[in-house]
Amino acid sequence: MELIELRNIFKTYPMGDIAVPVLKGVSLSVGRGELVALMGVSGSGKSTLMNILGCLDRPTSGEYRLDGQEVSQLTADERALLRNHRLGFVFQNFNLLARTSALENVAMPLSYTAGRVSEREARRRAEEMLCRLGLEDRLRHEPSRLSGGEQQRVAIARALINHPPLLFADEPTGNLDSRTSDEVLRIFQELHEEDGITIIVVTHDPQVARHARRVIRIHDGMIVEGDSASLSEPTESRTDPADSRRK
Amino acid sequence: MKVYRPILTAMKALRRNPMRAMLTTLGIVIGVGAVIAMMEIGAGSSAAIQQTISSMGANVLAVRPGTASSGGVSFGSGSATTLTAEDCEAILRQCPSVRSAAPVVRARTQVVYGNRNWVPSFIFGTTPSFLEVRDWTPLAEGEPLTDRDVLNANKVCLLGQTLVRELFQGESPIGKDIRVQNVSFRVAGVLSSKGANMMGMDQDDILLAPWTSIKYRVTGSTLDNPNQSTTSGSSGGSANTLSNLYPGGRPSLYPERSDVQAANNPMPVRFANIDQILAAAQSTDEIPAAIQNMTAVLRERHRLRPGESDDFHIHDMTEMTETLSSTSTLMTNLLLCVAMISLVVGGVGIMNIMLVSVTERTREIGLRMAVGARARDILRQFLVEAVVLCIVGGALGILVGHGGSYLVWVFLRWPVETSPVAIAAAVLVSASVGMVFGFYPAWKASRLDPIEALRYE
Repeated sequence: MELIELRNIFKTYPMGDIAVPVLKGVSLSVGRGELVALMGVSGSGKSTLMNILGCLDRPTSGEYRLDGQEVSQLTADERALLRNHRLGFVFQNFNLLARTSALENVAMPLSYTAGRVSEREARRRAEEMLCRLGLEDRLRHEPSRLSGGEQQRVAIARALINHPPLLFADEPTGNLDSRTSDEVLRIFQELHEEDGITIIVVTHDPQVARHARRVIRIHDGMIVEGDSASLSEPTESRTDPADSRRK
Repeated sequence: MKVYRPILTAMKALRRNPMRAMLTTLGIVIGVGAVIAMMEIGAGSSAAIQQTISSMGANVLAVRPGTASSGGVSFGSGSATTLTAEDCEAILRQCPSVRSAAPVVRARTQVVYGNRNWVPSFIFGTTPSFLEVRDWTPLAEGEPLTDRDVLNANKVCLLGQTLVRELFQGESPIGKDIRVQNVSFRVAGVLSSKGANMMGMDQDDILLAPWTSIKYRVTGSTLDNPNQSTTSGSSGGSANTLSNLYPGGRPSLYPERSDVQAANNPMPVRFANIDQILAAAQSTDEIPAAIQNMTAVLRERHRLRPGESDDFHIHDMTEMTETLSSTSTLMTNLLLCVAMISLVVGGVGIMNIMLVSVTERTREIGLRMAVGARARDILRQFLVEAVVLCIVGGALGILVGHGGSYLVWVFLRWPVETSPVAIAAAVLVSASVGMVFGFYPAWKASRLDPIEALRYE
C-alpha cells in the first residue's frame, strides 16, 4: 500500500460565474520513504496540488488516500487532526512566531495534539529535536536573532515534533543563500535516509530537484513527468525501512 | 490542564506586544475603576444617610393629635386635646409590634444658669422610655430620669451637649440647678452627642424633663390655655410673673376674671393632654403593623365610631428615610450608568485592537492551523486572550477604583465603603466584556482559510 494515492483529482475555483479548472485529473502515487521533488512553473497548479496533498484543501472531485485512509471527504476539524499527527510543513518564509523562543516555536504544535502532552514533556521533546538539528545553543533565541538557515532548521524541527511520516516543504530554500540551501537539503536527505520519512519538496529550482530521487513535473494542471507508472521500482526498494520503523 | 494551556498561550501571545496589551487594557482599567469608585462612594453615602436616620431613632413613628375646631374656626394641626399619656401606656401594652413608646410635651422657653441663658430648640417633657425610643442610651454622664420622677413631677432634667456647652462652659452640670422659665430644675444627667438630624437641626440642643413637670410646672397648663400650641407659653400661671415683660401686650377678648372670681370658681381641671407620642416599632418590617395596631388602639380609646375620622395622625419617618436614600441610590445608579458606558467603550477598544491583532497575525493563524489547530482552538485562543486582557484590566481597575475612592476619602472626606459585591461584579463584568467583545475578532480568526492565511503578506 502506497503512502499517497491520488486518483483523478480535479480542482476548480469559482471566479465569479465561471469555474476555473486548476487541476485536471491528477493521478499520482508516492511510496513510503520517497524523496520527491514537485516542480512546475507558477500557475501550473503546483501549489494547489500541494495544498490538497497537505490536507489543507479538499479536491473538487477525485480520491485521495493517505496511508490507506480516504481523506478527501474529511471535515476541517478531522483534517486538522490529521495534519497534526501525520504531516509536517516547512515553508519558504519559515513562518516562525516572532518574539517567541526557538524552543516554544518547536513545541507549539504539541499544544494542539489531542493525546495530552504535558508542558514539561513538550519542552523535552522540542529540546531533543533542536539538538538533533544542531541548534542546542540556540534554544532560547528568538527568530530575529537566528540566521536564515537556523530559522529554517527551527521550522524543520517544528515540522518533525510529532514524528510525522510525511513532510512537505514548500520552496524550503527560496529565501536562503546557496550554502545554507545545501545545508537544509542535506538535512532533508539525512531525515529521508535515516528515518525513512517521506519528503515532498515543492520547488522550481533544478538544483534542489537534483537532490530528489524522483521528480514530478506538473504543467497546466496535469502531471507531465514522473507519474505513478514509472516509479514502482524505487518505491519497492524503500518500503522495507519504513515498515521496519513502523514495527 | 485544559484551561491552563490556552491561558499560558494567551499570556505568551500578549507578552509579544506588551505596549499594545497595556494600552488596550487601559480602557477596561478606567471603566472598572470608575465603576468600583462609584459603587464605593455610593455605598458610603447611603451608609452615611442610614447613620443619620438611625440617629433620629430607628423605626420611629410619631403620633400627633388631630385638629380641633370651634365654630368653624380651625386651630391648626396638633390642636386637639385628646391625646394623653395613658394612650401612650395603652399603646405600649396592647401593640406587640411596638418596642417602646414615650409621650412628649413640648415647650419653648428660656433656660438660665448663673449669668448665662439659652433658649434650646427642644424642651421635651417625656418619660424615661424616650431615650429607648430615640436610641439615645447610654448617657454621657449622670443618671437617667425615672418613672418616679414622672409620677411626682420632680424637677430634674437631662441636658443635651449643646445646652451644656452654652450654659456651663466646661463645668460639670451634674447636680447643678438651672431655671427653666423660673422653675428650678436639677440636672440629673447629660445626653451623649447625636449631631444634626436630616433637616439640619441640632439634636443636641435639647432639654429633657418628666412630662408632668413640663406640663404642670413650666407651661402651667390649665383650662385657660389647654395646650401650648394654641397659646404661647408666656401667659402662664401666677408663678411666671417675670415672663410678662410688656404688660398689656395682648388685649383680652373677654373681661378678665378678678382674683376673687377665680377663688370663688376654681377650675381644678388639669389637662393631661400631650403634644406627641413617639413610638418605636420592633423592626422596619413591622412599621405597617405597628401603625395599624396603634390606630386601632387609639380609635378605641378615643371612642371613635366607625366612619368617624381619626383625631390623630401617625407620621412614619421611614417615608423620609426612603425619600432620602432613594435620592442617593438614584444618583449612584446614574453615575454607575456613566461608568458602565466607559466600560463598554473599553470593550469596544478591546474589540478594535483584537481585530487589528487578528489581521496582523493572519500568518500565525494560518501556521497554527497548518500544524493542526482546529477552528475552535483558534477561537478559544483569541477569546482567552481578550478575556485575559479584560480580567487583568479588571484587577488593575479594582486597584485604581479602590485607590480613587480612598483618595476621595482622604482629600474630600466623603464617606466611602468597600463593597465586595462591586468587586465581584467588576470581575464578572470585565470577563463578560472580554467574552462579548472578543468573540467577533476570535470568530473572524477561526474562520480564516489556512491557505489564504499562510499566503497573507
